[in-house]
Amino acid sequence: MPRVTYIEFNGAEHTVEVPVGTTLMRGAVDNNVPGIDADCGGQCACATCHVYVDAAWLDKTGLPEPASQEATMLSFAAAAQPNSRLSCQIKMQQELAGIALRMPEGQH
Amino acid sequence: MDANVNSDAREDAYTRPLDSIDVSIPELYQNDAYQPYFERLRREDPVHYYADSKFGPYWSVTRYKDIMTVAINHQVFSSKWELGGVRLEDQVQGYERPSFIQMDEPDHGQRRMAVSPAVAPANLQRMEGMIRERTSRVLDELPRGRPFNWVQEVSIELTSRMLATLFDWPLEDRHRLMFWSDVTVCHVDTPDAPVHSEAERYAELQKMAAAMKALWDERAGGNAPRFDLISMLAHSDATRNIDFRELLATCSLLIVGGNDTTRNSMTGGLIAALENPVELDKVRADAGLLDSLVSEVIRYQTPVIHMRRTATRDTELAGRAIKQGDKVVMWYVSGNRDEEAIDEPERFVVGRPKARQHLAFGAGIHRCVGDRLAEMQLKILWEEILKRDLALEIAGPPVRLYSNFIRGIRSLPVVIRA
Repeated sequence: MPRVTYIEFNGAEHTVEVPVGTTLMRGAVDNNVPGIDADCGGQCACATCHVYVDAAWLDKTGLPEPASQEATMLSFAAAAQPNSRLSCQIKMQQELAGIALRMPEGQH
Repeated sequence: MDANVNSDAREDAYTRPLDSIDVSIPELYQNDAYQPYFERLRREDPVHYYADSKFGPYWSVTRYKDIMTVAINHQVFSSKWELGGVRLEDQVQGYERPSFIQMDEPDHGQRRMAVSPAVAPANLQRMEGMIRERTSRVLDELPRGRPFNWVQEVSIELTSRMLATLFDWPLEDRHRLMFWSDVTVCHVDTPDAPVHSEAERYAELQKMAAAMKALWDERAGGNAPRFDLISMLAHSDATRNIDFRELLATCSLLIVGGNDTTRNSMTGGLIAALENPVELDKVRADAGLLDSLVSEVIRYQTPVIHMRRTATRDTELAGRAIKQGDKVVMWYVSGNRDEEAIDEPERFVVGRPKARQHLAFGAGIHRCVGDRLAEMQLKILWEEILKRDLALEIAGPPVRLYSNFIRGIRSLPVVIRA
């Protein structure tokens, strides 16, 4: 099963297996990785599963479409950056095996 | 519809004709008698139309998933004050309050971003120690062995101090902020409301706005904004030039959002926890469950009863045809008790698997901006209560607020056994 590394704001790393087709939000929550709150349960309605995608992976995950629900929600998130994504909107696929995601200071 | 007698509510809810159910009646919430009506609506008519309410015709959205659908679809379901705003009760012409909760994009987003840093994680860290110290002091000074009003002595004391800090408002004048909060949310036609007409309400809020404007002018000068809401508004490109009416509306929104909801979760949470001692024992045994306790307190209280939207075009929701201009009400108190989304929703349970996934903060672009501050205040309160092992007991029934908007508790007698 492909692996994902989640990196907390304090630097703590968690490498876990995430099944293909599962969202990267779900991959964190199901493995008790701290730092992803996911208050809306994956509806793209809260921006509390905010992650930064490492530059090397950005072309594979892509960025949210301008004016999409994800882009709008991210525009309100604390500490959003050009490589911000909502992890509930990224589905695991084989070509994302080994991806690293960093987390913001807090989910807000 | 008459729901004045709480014990008859269940029978009334299930025997009256379905199309006569009107959940807008504020007495239902004052009497804590509303749940059976929503339970029936969720099962038999989850998107329910009622034409003859005191507040005009409206749709009730009662299920979790349908509330989420409305909340996310802000293009179709507008918050605009020009269309009526976010409360079931329409605003009276000439007294509309154009705050950003009652705007659509891009106006809403630009303004929300101006104040959001005040309650973002970095600022919360800065405030945590102060909140803990205040909470400790308030708990330590509570009387022992004789009843006191928990709402006044704890919930209002803590949230009014927090609000004064957020506005950098003189601490000794914090009761004025509370007064303006009550003025903002009240139904003016009730005898115990702090004001009795829209004109009187607006006059009080003008006094508030004038006081805020004075602070604004002092703070607009400096180079960088300080960490308070007024400075942030005065320095943001999106808000520095707002007119007096929007300043009034914005401050009154932030005052209510910044205290009323948390105030009532502090009180409602105490009732729920003391009625369910086994649940509190779970937290005593495992402090890791504190976050879960906090989320459950917020779900169980659901301090904001509803938010309203207005349809910008004809649309369909759960098979019902909604027309452009229709008033659509998301009943958070119902979505948070939806059996399809939450197991045994009527029970207060610490350690639910998806404790955070409640609707009390709303969802979508208007989701509560102060959610993390609210959670932090409640977490600290419960940490400090449990640390002291206070033998708290409810000493009488709560007095609830006459409102279909804020699920408020006006007083709650509590005693700490020595």
